[in-house]
Amino acid sequence: MNFRKLADDIMKGDRKSAARLISLVEDEEEGCGEAMKLLYEHARGVPVLGITGPPGVGKSTIVLEIAKRMRAQGMKLGIVAIDPTSPITGGAILGDRIRMTELFADPGVFIRSMGSRGGSGGLSSQAGSVVRILDALGCDTIIVETVGAGQTQVDIMGMADTIVVVTMPGTGDEVQSIKAGLLEIADIYVVNKCDLTGAMRTVSDIRSMLDLVEDWHGWKPPVLQTNAREGKGISELFDSIQKHHAFAGDSEHLASRKKAQLRRELQELVSRDITRKIFDNIGMKELDDMLCSMLERKSSPYSEAERMTAELVRKKHVTAR
Amino acid sequence: MQMPRKIRVMIAKPGLDGHDRGAKVVARALRDAGMEVIYTGLHQTPEQIVQAALQEDVDAIGLSCLSGAHDVLFPRVMELIKENGMDVLVTAGGIIPKEDLPMLKKSGIAAVFGPGTAIEEIVKFHREHIKQRT
Repeated sequence: MNFRKLADDIMKGDRKSAARLISLVEDEEEGCGEAMKLLYEHARGVPVLGITGPPGVGKSTIVLEIAKRMRAQGMKLGIVAIDPTSPITGGAILGDRIRMTELFADPGVFIRSMGSRGGSGGLSSQAGSVVRILDALGCDTIIVETVGAGQTQVDIMGMADTIVVVTMPGTGDEVQSIKAGLLEIADIYVVNKCDLTGAMRTVSDIRSMLDLVEDWHGWKPPVLQTNAREGKGISELFDSIQKHHAFAGDSEHLASRKKAQLRRELQELVSRDITRKIFDNIGMKELDDMLCSMLERKSSPYSEAERMTAELVRKKHVTAR
Repeated sequence: MQMPRKIRVMIAKPGLDGHDRGAKVVARALRDAGMEVIYTGLHQTPEQIVQAALQEDVDAIGLSCLSGAHDVLFPRVMELIKENGMDVLVTAGGIIPKEDLPMLKKSGIAAVFGPGTAIEEIVKFHREHIKQRT
């Protein structure tokens, strides 16, 4: 694989090359780093819009409606839609595209579905690189749709400049389930399917929780009602998103937020690299022996991990000399 | 100990028929075999299918058609795949008369899985026929 050529072709706007590099990055193919280095310099850091919320609330339909509005303004768009990977088989059904079929043949839109694979926070651990690839391809805005079911699936925070949390009325203690995790990360709240009974109740529940926060540092999240399938409330949502983009672009918090994101990414890349270096040198049999000995309590995961990292560091010293 | 790469398959419904039970069963089976399956939904044009497959960089496309229009739609998909210079395994399923098989094979479709095909056979076919990336 010629990674340099792949990167060059992506920067020239070749969609097929972008699609291929995304696959290679997802599979953690060796050598991807070379292409990503080139693309990082070329990427402009375009706005990333994160859409999250529990399954079935209408995230994909909202993405479609927002995307249509952005296209009407002539923006080129990247959409990354993440669905859960089965922890048992490693397989996944990626079905977000079903709601976006009108965009399939639009040359100004690039849609990529991803399984969450190893990522635990509702996001694939490779999603950051995918956003950069689409940026380098020439997308003006990138929308990332993730599943945010529980209280801790808030990884989208580490990537998006604007975060929209979508919920819907009539799901009982929905508000309870989102208040600890998702509530803290939303820049904009959306109560979708607002034609259902109980919509006002859900809106006021969220508003009253937001009222408990004393200082919003210049941006208090609005709580909007939409009926995405009918296109209702989408203009207001779109306005809010643009307002927040403008606010976030000026905000002095932005640099520190970006730095925190980069730090997280750096840590992840380093730990992935180290893990790979260690495990590449271990055979199946050796690993199995190690696991058996842990099972029999002759050794422990703690001692083995210590030994393995120490060995890697020692090897580094030897080669350095 | 390099992890084996993940196989990505798109299951697509070209044309106007609304019967996707079979497509969903196949999608589910491939998922359970550890593959990532992208389902496009109903009523897709060949152009939409091929554009989606290009963006998703899938290793294989499974076309399902029960309306009888496969003799027009499938070859059109194959044509667009060639036009875009894509290297992708294409299989088909649905209600497809025997006499159409030679024409479909000739257009480049690797296999046709009619009603009654064992799920294991479809999984096995994909495992064996998906090539290494070049």
